Amino acid sequence: MNAKSADKIATVVIYMISGIVALILIAMLAFILIRGVPNLSWHFLTSPARAFEAGGGIGIQLFNSFYLLILAMLISFPIALGAAIYLNEYSKKGRFTTIVRTAIEILSSLPSVVVGLFGFLIFVVQFHFGFSILSGAIALTFFNLPLLTRSIETSLAQIPNLQREAGSALGLSRWETVIHIILPAAVPSIVTGVVLSAGRVFGEAAALIYTAGQSAPALNFTDWNPFNISSPLNPMRPAETLAVHIWKINSEGIMPDANAVSAGASAVLIIVVLLFNLSARKIGAQLYKKLTSA
Amino acid sequence: MDNITQKLMQKSESTKKDSLGRAVSLAALSLIVIVVVSIFAFVMSRGLSTFFHDGVHVKDFLFGSTWNPSVVNPQTKQPYIGALPMILGSFLVTFLAAIVATPFAIGTSLFMTEIAQKRGTKIMQPVIELLVGIPSVVYGFIGLTVVVPFIRSVFGGSGFGILSGTIVLFVMVLPTITSMTVDTLKSVPRHYRESALAIGATRWQMIYKVVLRAATPGILTAIVFGMARAFGEALAVQMVIGNAALMPHNLTSPASTLTSILTMGIGNTVMGSLQNDVLWTLAMILLVMSLVFNLVVRAIGRRGEMK
Repeated sequence: MNAKSADKIATVVIYMISGIVALILIAMLAFILIRGVPNLSWHFLTSPARAFEAGGGIGIQLFNSFYLLILAMLISFPIALGAAIYLNEYSKKGRFTTIVRTAIEILSSLPSVVVGLFGFLIFVVQFHFGFSILSGAIALTFFNLPLLTRSIETSLAQIPNLQREAGSALGLSRWETVIHIILPAAVPSIVTGVVLSAGRVFGEAAALIYTAGQSAPALNFTDWNPFNISSPLNPMRPAETLAVHIWKINSEGIMPDANAVSAGASAVLIIVVLLFNLSARKIGAQLYKKLTSA
Repeated sequence: MDNITQKLMQKSESTKKDSLGRAVSLAALSLIVIVVVSIFAFVMSRGLSTFFHDGVHVKDFLFGSTWNPSVVNPQTKQPYIGALPMILGSFLVTFLAAIVATPFAIGTSLFMTEIAQKRGTKIMQPVIELLVGIPSVVYGFIGLTVVVPFIRSVFGGSGFGILSGTIVLFVMVLPTITSMTVDTLKSVPRHYRESALAIGATRWQMIYKVVLRAATPGILTAIVFGMARAFGEALAVQMVIGNAALMPHNLTSPASTLTSILTMGIGNTVMGSLQNDVLWTLAMILLVMSLVFNLVVRAIGRRGEMK
């Protein structure tokens, strides 16, 4: 076989392979959206789930997902920001930095079940938090920290050293340079990173089944006192999220319309992740415009 | 005069702030390290107590093929705690998924970087980025409603098993491997390609003999990352594999993985009992394996550094 026909055959094969892949991927997205979207209605999105009869919704699960996401972000963002600032602005090359980077890398590759089980062992059992939003939020924080730290660090590293030198030349301390010069310049890409990681956290289930629990007690949406047990804001109540709900109704199989509910819930999950992905770039670009007068 | 000396000798306001800021950010960083260390410490201590506290032999655990921790074997007076079915299941789905996904991932990334850059970046890139972010339960749900019935109608049986798990994991790791491979292919310097074409290579010769060779370490890293993701994936696999802790004797019989038995069992056992301890040992195996994948990635990176 001469080189030219080999080239032609290879090209055809590559076209076929990528065609198949594109087909699989598009078919999957289409399947979820076509199966799921017809199930979506205001009633479905707001009413509580029903265990043994058809016609339940995902209202509480949807609220839980967002509440957990916000709590997890509130805990993990400051930690990740601090860690990234130290890694990018203060640390020197050396043994400590190598160890830290290795630790972050390992944490990011741990299976999320293991992270969830660790949260279960420490917070649910040892600290007696029980299956609660708080335990779930902390488990999600562990899961989220390495990725968020890395993405913020990359954002900081993209700011040219000229800016740091300019800060020093003006007599600013390193910390002042970071707070007043580097961070504002890095805000757009930090925000993009945060929103992208939010999409990942939103769909996480394995870390939550043994920390935030698999039950969604009824909530009283008129009671916003976080210390009341039926208040949506109470961080000590068990909270099944949307992703956990999909897993649970499919593996238990006692809900008669489990298929329709999970199709609808999957569609909601995908749409939310899609919105996060799209808005991440948009918000980043807009912030950049606003902050840099470029 | 004294005033000025004092001012010069003392730390200035901004130096103090600087040390404070440095200390706070260092504390945040240390917190992450502490989390990693304590995850290992706690999971290991629980996992190892199977061997030290309950007196199970490592050999029986790793190579025993019967898993039924709540029943005691009358001959050895030991419960049935052979974890081989799960270990085998995990490795089987991981390797099979990686083997199936690799050619597809490489083909697609070649399409995106070497053959049709424009269409590749415009259509495929966003789709693949979106798929990396799709929650694993959604993959599991698709597996349960599409893949399992399909396998059932083609091969008979229940449809649950290694094959269904492999297919679901294949679709899950495909975007991960593809997007990392695309990055490596893009980092192959342009002049490599130009030199190959200039000495008369066809496009395929250029791809096969130059681009792929230069990108081999990166592609291997991408595959190992995909495998690490597949090995640690819990719910998507658990939904389609059947969760029967039996030795997998063919690809379509119900089987189980470490993660699936772990997620099913941990809530139904009492802390500190042998039945619970062996589950933590499974978690420990997961932990050790993710460490191994990490080391492999490092080794590849060190050997494959471009000089």
